[in-house]
Amino acid sequence: MILGRVIGDITSTINHPFYDAKKLLLVERTDPSGAGLPGYLVAIDTVGAGPGQRVLVLDEGTGARQIVISKDAPVRSVVVGIIDAVA
Amino acid sequence: MLLGRVIGTVVTCVTYDGLAGVPMLMVQPLDKRGAPDGQPVVAADATRMAGPDEMVYYEGGREAALALEPWFVPVDHTIVGIVDTLHVTPESQI
Repeated sequence: MILGRVIGDITSTINHPFYDAKKLLLVERTDPSGAGLPGYLVAIDTVGAGPGQRVLVLDEGTGARQIVISKDAPVRSVVVGIIDAVA
Repeated sequence: MLLGRVIGTVVTCVTYDGLAGVPMLMVQPLDKRGAPDGQPVVAADATRMAGPDEMVYYEGGREAALALEPWFVPVDHTIVGIVDTLHVTPESQI
C-alpha cells in the first residue's frame, strides 16, 4: 500500500459499468512526513475520505477486487484508510 | 488509474482474437494538474465513446484487460471512463 493525500475528485458520466456511482478521488503520493511527491493515482473511495486528508491506498488488483467483491472488476487502486499519523 | 487525453486513433487491419472492433486510441498521460506528462500510449477504449481531445481515466496492467469483453485479451492500457470534471482542491482550502 502507499501513502497519499486527497487533492481532488473526478466526476464521470460515461464509464465502464463497474464505475457507476463510484466516488473517484485524485490522490497525490506523499512521503512518510506528508510532503507531496510527483506521482498520483485516481482511486475509488471506500472510507469516505475528503480533500486534504492523508490516506492509505491499495494499488494491487487482486486485493482491490476482493474489497469490491468482484472477480472481474477492472479496478486496481482503492482508498482503504484515512491516516491519523505515521510514527 | 491515471488521467490521460485522447490525441489520436490507431486503426489496425489484423488483430489478436478478441480485439476486433475494439477502438484503439492514442492517449497522452497527464500529471495531477492535467498537464501532459511522459510518452503517449495506445489504449483500448472500454467506453467505446471517447473522442479526440477528451480527458479520460485509464487503467494499466492486468486490470486493463478485465474492462473488455472478452476479457482474456492482450492489452496493457484501457480507457474505463471519460472525465466530465476534474476538481483539484486549491492548497489554500486544504
